[in-house]
Amino acid sequence: MPVVIIDSGGANLASVVYALARLGVDTIVTHDAAIIRSAERVLLPGVGNASAIMARLNAHDLVPVVQSLTCPVLGICLGMQLLFDRSAEGNTSGLGVISGNIEALRGRHDLPAPHMGWNTLRRWQDDPLLEGCGDADWFYFVHNYLAPVDATYTVTTTEYGEEFSSIVRRKNFCGVQFHPERSGKSGARLLENFVRLSSCA
Amino acid sequence: MLARRIIPCLDVRENRVVKGVRFRNHRVVGDILELAMRYRDEGADELVFYDITASPDRRTVDRQWITKIAKILDIPFCVAGGIRSVKDAEDILNAGAEKISINSPALENPALIDELARRFGSQCVVVGIDSDMTTEGYRVRQYTGDPSKSCDSGRSTLAWLLEAQSRGAGEIVVNCMASDGVRSGYDLAQLAALREACRVPLVASGGAGSSEHFIEVFRKARVDAALAASVFHSGSLAIGELKKQLRIARIEVRP
Repeated sequence: MPVVIIDSGGANLASVVYALARLGVDTIVTHDAAIIRSAERVLLPGVGNASAIMARLNAHDLVPVVQSLTCPVLGICLGMQLLFDRSAEGNTSGLGVISGNIEALRGRHDLPAPHMGWNTLRRWQDDPLLEGCGDADWFYFVHNYLAPVDATYTVTTTEYGEEFSSIVRRKNFCGVQFHPERSGKSGARLLENFVRLSSCA
Repeated sequence: MLARRIIPCLDVRENRVVKGVRFRNHRVVGDILELAMRYRDEGADELVFYDITASPDRRTVDRQWITKIAKILDIPFCVAGGIRSVKDAEDILNAGAEKISINSPALENPALIDELARRFGSQCVVVGIDSDMTTEGYRVRQYTGDPSKSCDSGRSTLAWLLEAQSRGAGEIVVNCMASDGVRSGYDLAQLAALREACRVPLVASGGAGSSEHFIEVFRKARVDAALAASVFHSGSLAIGELKKQLRIARIEVRP
């Protein structure tokens, strides 16, 4: 079964499709609720603006559809942030499948914002997404907002002036702050782990 | 810890990679896909493709090669050249580029920076600044891709950097024109001064000729990334060797 990519209207859909194609995985990019409901795996990408993407999900009545999914769901970057209750970006409500709020990076320290470039992960919990990944793996980040650290959902943290959550999970919903589709072999391994996850998590 | 980035820049003219000296006399150095994959394999952290003829000719970049690159490349890349509208940017981002970089069109219409940042998020929006030392201090030059059209934009480099970042630029690339292509080192004084004012990632460009130049620019100008072209295209410095030297100098880099 192909991986269903929710057409969030953001601009990085192509790079996610190509990354999965490099792994030999077929994808369907859609905002059709029936296709998303019947998927074995769902990917929620997102580049752009939290309120714009939530507006698009609302316009297609996809919020309850995504909230009720029981298959593995992977949010990438903004897609990860939308799994939370709220985002400080435009003071937007998210999907609320993970309890917590997304905060602005700027103002927390003097480092340049966005946090842009390659960084590493510190593991807080084991997770099937991290199978075969270690300290030598680097991932590409670009973000202006972040998820704080919380034992209920943090899988890994990354350091940029402070520790923030770089992989999060609650039940079947997981999210990565970085871009696995642009993180070389390390990112490809993580996507492969996602594709191999059992479809009834 | 965030790694400092090494970014080979591929100047593209008519679907080939070219490189000039001090922005003039361009010669062909190779095929786009071939060079992109070579640099990826050597450990480049990111690539910039800069269509240097696009802006003076008032045409936008041909998107065919962008899709080809997006399909095979598994590291981020940025496309620059002649992006004058939200539609131009959207086409390039939809083709698979991570970021778009604007230079001359932002000088013509600074509100373009705001529009792009609002539509795609500032993380996608890079502003390139071609900065030249003059008797009036560092000034921004416009249409540098074509020597017959290149001119002073009427702006000081620092003022333009501040304006670009307040309008929503997510990254600033400063091309120090006096040192471009001559491999005598980055303009450390200029870059260090700009670093003080720059609250977004700052990329140094122009002048890299040896590992020492990269070590200096990270240590003394504290830039987030260093961009270079001729030193890599000529084969005089391999990215793997450069990263080894940076590690020895205790500068954090991705292996």
